[in-house]
Amino acid sequence: MNILVCISHVPDTTSKINFVENDTQFDTAGVQYIINPNDEFGLTRAMWFKEKVGATVDVVNVGGAETESTLRKTLAIGADKAIRVDAAAVDAIQVAKEIVAVVQNGQYDLIIAGRESIDYNGGMVPGMIAAMLEMSYVNNCVGLEIDGDKATAVREIDGGKETISTNLPLVIGGQKGLVEESDLKIPNMRGIMMARKKPLEVVAPSGASALSSTIKFEKPAPKGEVKLVDADNVDQLIDLLHNEAKVI
Amino acid sequence: MSVLIYAETEGGKLKKVAFEVASYGKAVADQMGADLIAVCFNAENADTLGNYGVSKVMNIATEGAFDAKIYSSGIQQAANTASAKVVVVSSSADSRYLTPLLAIGLEAGYATNVVAAPSNLSPFTVKRTAFTNKAFTQTEISSDIKIIGVSNNAFGLKETATTCTVEAFAPQLVASAITVESVDKATDKVTIADAEVVVSGGRGLKGPENWHLIEDLANTLGAATACSKPVSDMGWRPHSEHVGQTGKPVASNLYIAIGVSGAIQHLAGINSSKVKVVINNDPEAPFFKAADYGIVGDAFEVVPQLTEKLKAFKAQA
Repeated sequence: MNILVCISHVPDTTSKINFVENDTQFDTAGVQYIINPNDEFGLTRAMWFKEKVGATVDVVNVGGAETESTLRKTLAIGADKAIRVDAAAVDAIQVAKEIVAVVQNGQYDLIIAGRESIDYNGGMVPGMIAAMLEMSYVNNCVGLEIDGDKATAVREIDGGKETISTNLPLVIGGQKGLVEESDLKIPNMRGIMMARKKPLEVVAPSGASALSSTIKFEKPAPKGEVKLVDADNVDQLIDLLHNEAKVI
Repeated sequence: MSVLIYAETEGGKLKKVAFEVASYGKAVADQMGADLIAVCFNAENADTLGNYGVSKVMNIATEGAFDAKIYSSGIQQAANTASAKVVVVSSSADSRYLTPLLAIGLEAGYATNVVAAPSNLSPFTVKRTAFTNKAFTQTEISSDIKIIGVSNNAFGLKETATTCTVEAFAPQLVASAITVESVDKATDKVTIADAEVVVSGGRGLKGPENWHLIEDLANTLGAATACSKPVSDMGWRPHSEHVGQTGKPVASNLYIAIGVSGAIQHLAGINSSKVKVVINNDPEAPFFKAADYGIVGDAFEVVPQLTEKLKAFKAQA
């Protein structure tokens, strides 16, 4: 089984979000980048398939050279090969088309992406890949088992979950639940050493065009101070929620 | 030329998000001077969309469970039939599942998490959240057909009484390669996605045996229950209740956090809630910086009092 895991290179959650150049560019100064958390759950699940059934795991990112540190980390975790499509990511459709080109050059049975990236929160790339390749697709995937060419997936729905059966090839939009947080792999020294020798291929983009673009960023208005209510006076809280906030 | 909304149903009944999406669609249709048309599946009360500006409903009859591929194909054909220039969908799990497929089918640019009506029609520009609610972007969509995913509870309901006709629409439905084997869903509980009020518990509650505090308060308010990540990681509560960056997003009118410290990952997921209340015995808990109202106190004393007083308040209201 050949697995392709799509990796977004995103600012760490605790990063300060600032913008420069008249609020048209994200300020990368001092920002730590990480593997997108939703992708990391998928990558770890892919590692599990590698260990259990000898799957081959490639990872792909569409981005500039700055994303290679994140791709190296995925190799240190255990991916076999990293592919970087050398193009600035503009929107989901462009990224999805570039990944489709990579899929068409390889032979992948399973494509794992995160349900969304924590930077632009688009949540579109896995579905778009599936639609273009006419593969089965499960979003918000919180459980995945493969047996031969049969797949059983659990999808989180509003208010519960559903169990789905389908066949490979399959695209999933994964999230926490594919593996537990405690099962996430941290690169060890051996993994880091081995990662240096693993292939990181840089491929030219197919030249897919975007259909949308971010033209400006805004920060939310600063929040006012919290109004504290005395613990012995919950009536006041009810009054505030009813008369001031008007939410009860 | 029209604006098409996908109005979601649950068991044949239109969901609240359907009316919110209609309200948003009406604003766009008015800006463009276009008709507002809705497409839905198996709706029994489709004419009620007329209260929110929809003049025509294309109702598709299907058998079997929701299927992203089948539904996106139906919506795509409705969009073509209605000559839709803008398609508006919600941010429900199902809409977010099917709309990327629809975007490919319609060759449409798609913006998710949109919080306001377009600020400009040419170029078509919308405001959306990004960086998990830590920022907004102005996003331009350049394709001929545009798809907007409206952020839950961001635009609100706006009534516009309109004469509405409901027609059966019978697209060529595609086959799906997916079989839903089983659905595990509590039908008697309000979901986090649909809830006006969410009551959430953290480690401060000390153990799953104390969750009746959360449940009693939630029942009093007709609220959904939620929890922080450590609580779901420790198995006190199911994963489906975990809210935050890697859990479910919350965009309720009122979010009450009890014994939740307010880690940045948690706040990222709940920040689109309109009013946030925190009850925590640690005055230094980061949540107090993100909340609108707070009580520094012992949850085991404050919460039962709050529940009792709210019951009395609800009884007289």
